[in-house]
Amino acid sequence: MLFESKNLKYGHPGQQPLMFPDITLQKGESLLVLGRSGSGKTTLLNLLAGLLHPTTGEVKLDGQNLAAMSGQKLDLFRGKEIGIVFQKPHLLAALNVKENLQMAHFFSKKKGQAVDHLLAELGLAGKAKASVLTLSEGEAQRVSIARALATSPKLILADEPTSSLDDENAYNVIQLLKNQASKIGAALIIVTHDQRVKTQIPNFVEVTGL
Amino acid sequence: MNLFKLSWKYLTFRPLSTGLNVFLLALGLAIITVLLLMQDQFEKKMNQDAAGIDLVVGAKGSPLQLILAGVYHIDFPTGNIPMDEAQKLSRNRLVKNIIPMALGDNYQGFRIVGTNHDYPGLYEAEMQSGELWAKPFEVVLGAEVAGKSGYVVGDEFLGSHGISVGSHEHDANNFRVVGILERKGNVLDRLILTSVESIWFTHDVEGVAETNDSTGNEEIHPVLNLQDSVATRGFPKTTESRELTTLLIQYRNPMAAIQLPRLINSGTSMQAASPSFEMSRLFELLGVGITLLQGLAIVIIGVSGLGIFIALYNSLKERKYDLAILRAIGASRGQLLLLIFLEGIMLTFMGAILGILLGHTFLSVIISQNEQGVIGTLEPWVFLKKELWIVIYALVVGVLSSIIPAVAAYQTSIAKQLTKA
Repeated sequence: MLFESKNLKYGHPGQQPLMFPDITLQKGESLLVLGRSGSGKTTLLNLLAGLLHPTTGEVKLDGQNLAAMSGQKLDLFRGKEIGIVFQKPHLLAALNVKENLQMAHFFSKKKGQAVDHLLAELGLAGKAKASVLTLSEGEAQRVSIARALATSPKLILADEPTSSLDDENAYNVIQLLKNQASKIGAALIIVTHDQRVKTQIPNFVEVTGL
Repeated sequence: MNLFKLSWKYLTFRPLSTGLNVFLLALGLAIITVLLLMQDQFEKKMNQDAAGIDLVVGAKGSPLQLILAGVYHIDFPTGNIPMDEAQKLSRNRLVKNIIPMALGDNYQGFRIVGTNHDYPGLYEAEMQSGELWAKPFEVVLGAEVAGKSGYVVGDEFLGSHGISVGSHEHDANNFRVVGILERKGNVLDRLILTSVESIWFTHDVEGVAETNDSTGNEEIHPVLNLQDSVATRGFPKTTESRELTTLLIQYRNPMAAIQLPRLINSGTSMQAASPSFEMSRLFELLGVGITLLQGLAIVIIGVSGLGIFIALYNSLKERKYDLAILRAIGASRGQLLLLIFLEGIMLTFMGAILGILLGHTFLSVIISQNEQGVIGTLEPWVFLKKELWIVIYALVVGVLSSIIPAVAAYQTSIAKQLTKA
């Protein structure tokens, strides 16, 4: 078992605590997390990424319990083993494309995949030296995916990666995530309310927030 | 990629804001640098130039003016004193040595000083070429004068009356350069030295016309003999009643410091002034201005510190996402804290370096505008240990102004930032 989460529960201050379904994933497996807006999908993603601490329950990646880690150790573990693709690309505007990926190597202290090779694979070879401000939205999205892949993580988390893309681009992005995840042997979890994605990844859990 | 580079990228990503803050800080530090350099070198120079001179005697007037004219050669002389009175003084047992001086002429703004060989001896002057004067109208140039005028041993020139450029020339007799002094960085560099007799004779030849002459004499003098040698020690020999401008006196014992000034001030028509006393009085007067400038510099540095704080704080608002992303890809809170501190420190470090360079440049500009004044002898590119403190002050400003932004970065909640969008 590469990844599993059990009995996850999280209470936002002043709100009813949220319960989440258990998840188990093998190497190279993909999973959709579906749910209405406000149902707690993003909260689940934050819990799985170790960005939030669950009230109860555990998140195990490669035998290590994220919920029990804290501080620098958790940050470093996240950097090394979890790649996150956010809803918006959130690239560092002060850096160029290549430097954005190098930051992932620097902070995670893990070399992972060669940056140039990764960029070439994602069709961004010509943009390595470009300022991230000059990228189109699709390109920026791919750069943020490349950043998540740069450290060869064991778990890839994607938060609504397709919400602002047209059908063709949405298809390509999911395909890219799937292919890359299986190539590096990572588990892939996509949080979305986008029904188009279901045709590509049949495996899903639903978050109801209860 | 490392934190240092990342900070640098962020700084250069906002060149205008970064540049402005660096410049503002540099300006404040430049003022402090100039003040430091001037204070340090001024005091050193003032003390160096007055070393060995216990008392200056001249005509009655402002004691400060007497010192400035007699020791530093920057103000106008107070007037003349009769030589026989001066000679009486030299017989006083409290006086160890007395150097007579006749002032009042210049060559292109450089002052011509009539004196004896004790005067260059006082500063332990060495000859760069030639030798000291021995006959009337022989002169020795200070290093600065030689450099500016281009004269070498054997050249001749005409002196001008008065101590500022543009007065009429004494065209009867040429001064002849017989020696050039080694550069010592003291007052001699800017002077033209000759015998007291040369000054007298210059004015004699021109005759009665110059009645208000500072060193001249209204009587008609006998024809002078240019082959006579001049006095190299003590007072010039003459049978007439002549005048001098100032006397530099060395005390024989500490007792003299108490008795001699009073004796001169109350018992003769001359006045005595102590260089150390007058200079400390001058610095006291200047002190107000220096304090004011220092205050101004501190205000500017304060404002620039505030500017850096605001710039970092504002950029932090735009960068909360960036910081959250950095955390998401493995950066620890400590690293973000360090990142912001590094930015503040790099900013102020650049400001400090620029400020110090700017300060030295300011000073060299000031110096090039005042070549013949005292300021003209200051060295703009001497670096002081105190300047290291400027760098340290600047870095303290950098750290102080990045505390709040850095702590804010430290406390940024990544989950909240990233899911807000």
